[in-house]
Amino acid sequence: MTSVLEWEATSNPVKENRAGIIGKAVDRYEGPLKVTGTAPYAYEVTPPSPAAYGVMVSATIARGRIAAIDAAAAEASPGVLLVWSHENVPEQGPRPPLYDFFTPFPRPALQSDRVYFFGQQVAVVVADTLENAQAGADLVKVTYEADSQAVDFHAHRHEATEPDSPPEFQLGNREMGDFAAGFAAAPVRIDDVWRTPLQNHCQMEPCAATAWWEGDHLTVHCSVQTVRRNQIALAATLQIPPENVRVLTRYVGGGFGGKSAFYEDTVLASLAARALGRPVKVAFSRQQMMHGTIHRPATEQRVRLGATPDGRLTALSLMTTTHCDRRGFFTEFSSLFVRNLYAAPNRLTGHSVVKLDLPVAGALRAPGEASGTLSLEVAMDELAEKLGIDPVELRIRNEPEADPETGKPFSIRQLVRCMREGAQLFGWDKRNPKPGQVRDGRWMVGLGMAAAIRGNILFPASASFTVDADGVITVRQGMTDIGTGAYTVLAQIAAETLGVPLGDVRVEIGDSELPPAPGSGGQFGAASAGSAALAAGMNLRKAIAELASNDPASPLFGGPAGQVTFQDGVVAIANRSERLADLVRRAAPDGLTAMGEVSPAADSGDWSSHTYGAHYVEVGVDTVTGEVRTRRMLGVFAAGRIINRKTARSQLTGGMIWGVSSALTEGNLVDPRYGSLINQDLAGYMVPVQADIGEVEAIMLDEVDDKANPMGIKGVGELGISGAGAAVANAIYNACGARVRDYPITPDKILAALG
Amino acid sequence: MRPFTYERATDAQAAVKAMAEHPNAKFLAGGTNLLDLMKLEIEHPAHLIDVGRLPLAAIEDTAEGGLRIGAMTTNSHVAADARIRSRYRVLTQAIVAGGSGQLRNKATTGGNLLQRTRCAYFYDTAKPCNKRHPGSGCGALEGLNRNSAIFGASDACIATHPSDMAVALVALDASVETLTPWGEGRRFPVAELHRLPGETPQIETRLAPGELITAVVLPRPPQGGQVYRKVRDRASYAAGLASVAVAGGNLALGAVAHRPWRADKAEAALKSGASPGEAIAAELAGAAQNGRNGFKINLVARLVPAALEEARANGRDA
Repeated sequence: MTSVLEWEATSNPVKENRAGIIGKAVDRYEGPLKVTGTAPYAYEVTPPSPAAYGVMVSATIARGRIAAIDAAAAEASPGVLLVWSHENVPEQGPRPPLYDFFTPFPRPALQSDRVYFFGQQVAVVVADTLENAQAGADLVKVTYEADSQAVDFHAHRHEATEPDSPPEFQLGNREMGDFAAGFAAAPVRIDDVWRTPLQNHCQMEPCAATAWWEGDHLTVHCSVQTVRRNQIALAATLQIPPENVRVLTRYVGGGFGGKSAFYEDTVLASLAARALGRPVKVAFSRQQMMHGTIHRPATEQRVRLGATPDGRLTALSLMTTTHCDRRGFFTEFSSLFVRNLYAAPNRLTGHSVVKLDLPVAGALRAPGEASGTLSLEVAMDELAEKLGIDPVELRIRNEPEADPETGKPFSIRQLVRCMREGAQLFGWDKRNPKPGQVRDGRWMVGLGMAAAIRGNILFPASASFTVDADGVITVRQGMTDIGTGAYTVLAQIAAETLGVPLGDVRVEIGDSELPPAPGSGGQFGAASAGSAALAAGMNLRKAIAELASNDPASPLFGGPAGQVTFQDGVVAIANRSERLADLVRRAAPDGLTAMGEVSPAADSGDWSSHTYGAHYVEVGVDTVTGEVRTRRMLGVFAAGRIINRKTARSQLTGGMIWGVSSALTEGNLVDPRYGSLINQDLAGYMVPVQADIGEVEAIMLDEVDDKANPMGIKGVGELGISGAGAAVANAIYNACGARVRDYPITPDKILAALG
Repeated sequence: MRPFTYERATDAQAAVKAMAEHPNAKFLAGGTNLLDLMKLEIEHPAHLIDVGRLPLAAIEDTAEGGLRIGAMTTNSHVAADARIRSRYRVLTQAIVAGGSGQLRNKATTGGNLLQRTRCAYFYDTAKPCNKRHPGSGCGALEGLNRNSAIFGASDACIATHPSDMAVALVALDASVETLTPWGEGRRFPVAELHRLPGETPQIETRLAPGELITAVVLPRPPQGGQVYRKVRDRASYAAGLASVAVAGGNLALGAVAHRPWRADKAEAALKSGASPGEAIAAELAGAAQNGRNGFKINLVARLVPAALEEARANGRDA
């Protein structure tokens, strides 16, 4: 096991960045394919022979059982090849009593007559064409016996209990000092409750699969964030050896946590392809995505802040109540980040969960921070106003010297610098702290800010690098690119490490047959996959250096392998050099391959390692209608060394924009009579459109976190959303004096608050 | 979606004749609403008669000093027409406030008028809806119906009409021209096209089955300023929470009823010297809220005086 101190002390080509490829705003590796429509989604992959098409039928009750399924009309419908329900679906590996996040368990489809949530898949119709499958699916008659259901979070939240998630998640109550006494004694207090709604990922690409068999080997293209885990889980579902399953996911149209695992589309396409002896495609509709995959559950968050008149927090608490499905244990951990953010001697954080007959709760971009900052960072704004202290200054006064709860040193923490530089760039000093003072025509204009924090994780990963006789480097890794830029940063790491131009790098990812990597999620992708890539690149350098030094035909022959340099496609020892391609073509015409891997350092837990940021937002609130439009947004972030300024910025601004919709428009409403979500499409579930977003800019501070991993990089995928919505809410208050604590802050709520 | 047959009509007479010959047929124009509804199993036509390429896509001056807009003219085309932009700015503003750029490029004038409600309970076939299944009940009535009607709703239906364009047309005293299945031309005000739900919300217009809208006729523009203001949850591609069209002394409201709502009580009050606030209060005296949509009453009360003020300013500029 390595030590982070070793990482910190060891130089490498990424740190040295001699060719300057690291940090550059390099265009997306797969960009030309995407803009020419030649990067297929899973459903668009062309199988080796004509596919059949499956359409799923979804439950229309929230809880109960299927009393009868009448498939006769569907089976007799033109082109229909099969109709499956729990009555006749092939046997599959059993579902475990609980899914844990890290273990790939079977995920069987159509398992029983039980209905656990509205929109659960209960049947599938496969036909020769999509149209015939859709027509057939509409003819399947399902009769239900409904049980009584509990689906209204706010009606049942008092039944919430301590989460039954594994203890290492540390979601239970944690107190430091004496919170109650500290809060009671505080001269200035805030005690308010915030509500955030159930949210859906709304990825551009719905979940879908194209599957076919060759003998007893399955190939399935599906839209997932991780390949190896899903290969194992799918094999367990189908009850075949993992080596007989190949999972591919080349171009994923957004994941956001919703595609960590596959769903019924993948299982049913695989099973039907086997049964029919031909490729099968199955996709979720947009409406099925809303119910049939996971969502971010609603929360109720109580924040209590106690402070001295000079703005020192003496008591700090965020208590979260949330919900999950009866068979799950996911907890939206909105209180966790509070443990790392501000100093205060008396602290209380924790979660409670109520189990409901709603669809399955799960991770959605920055689980915890995305929802939790919507309360705490607004409460800090309220406290600042109460104290008459600038919100930036209040946060700076509560900046901890070390991790506030563990006392561990920070690997690096530049939150204050983010806030200060952001304030300066944004013109924060022009903000009038008194609400409702600035007008621009019909708009009341306000400024708001919030801090951002999100964790840093390194997962074990491996990669292989191959150099061929043309001097082309091919990176192979069971990594995914869910729109983040993984292809591109892997290419950059390879180019910089091997000293070749970017055009001489190929990247192959999204395939379970490639060296395993954890995939994408939790903003751990670039650090984990990239560190393994660096290791593979270093091993390939070593192999190439030895090849040169041992090859009598090489000008480098006999030289010390340790002194070989790699630059511009040339290997050299001092002034002896040759082209990499010439060396390989001559000495290893079949190419050279090296593996590399990374795993967390033994002492990585000894430091508190996070990414940080500060959001600044200017909004206009229509004086007449209460409509809110963001006019300017600036985020300043500290997230370690940045590999690609363009794709990192894109992730950060994407997160910020998502923060805007979390604040203003987003959320699924649950109709308690049906247990279903009422807004089921992108007309009703409102993500921002271009016209909602004015200027938006993300700035990345120069930072290196050499304790994070061998490259000193961290993730940015989830940092941008954390805190962004709170800054919007604070700007609304500054604009018009409306403090709405029930998200989203729609015009009707603003008008009600204005009275 | 269920299988259907398709034909392309060559002229308007042939289109209505084909409709008479096919039970359960529908006209297809831009398809921006109908095709969605078919995919969602809400509409199940057995036969589609494509009228999208009928020669009804011109905008012509009328002898009366107005304009005749062919029913197949796209929303984008109408909104961009120089005559409409200069003399009927409320119509351009209303069209541009609706849908998205892509939708407006496809959607036609006739189709826009006949688009169906965006009520979430109408869109979800697992829910009761008297529009989809007359007699099944109204899922929205006791439901999450924030965007339901405050005027003219019934126990059978509280849906609103989603068109922005239609609100402006009602304020402009526009008419529709139609061709009946028996081959007769008709003309009547747009304000009389859409019905209130009553006990039969599935019957949304006074068109006879198989009747085809061929044109919308704008009279000479009214004296005075014009404006369209729409309130919505996001800046584009969102149904209105409320909207108002002002055209001279004419006033119509959108997203508040099963049809564009001509605010004649407010107009009358204004004519008799009431302030804008008093005038809209007179109209809103007839509004009813159902517990979740009450904010619309306050919203309309705030919106209309602001729009009247803006229209007055526009009128001065013109």
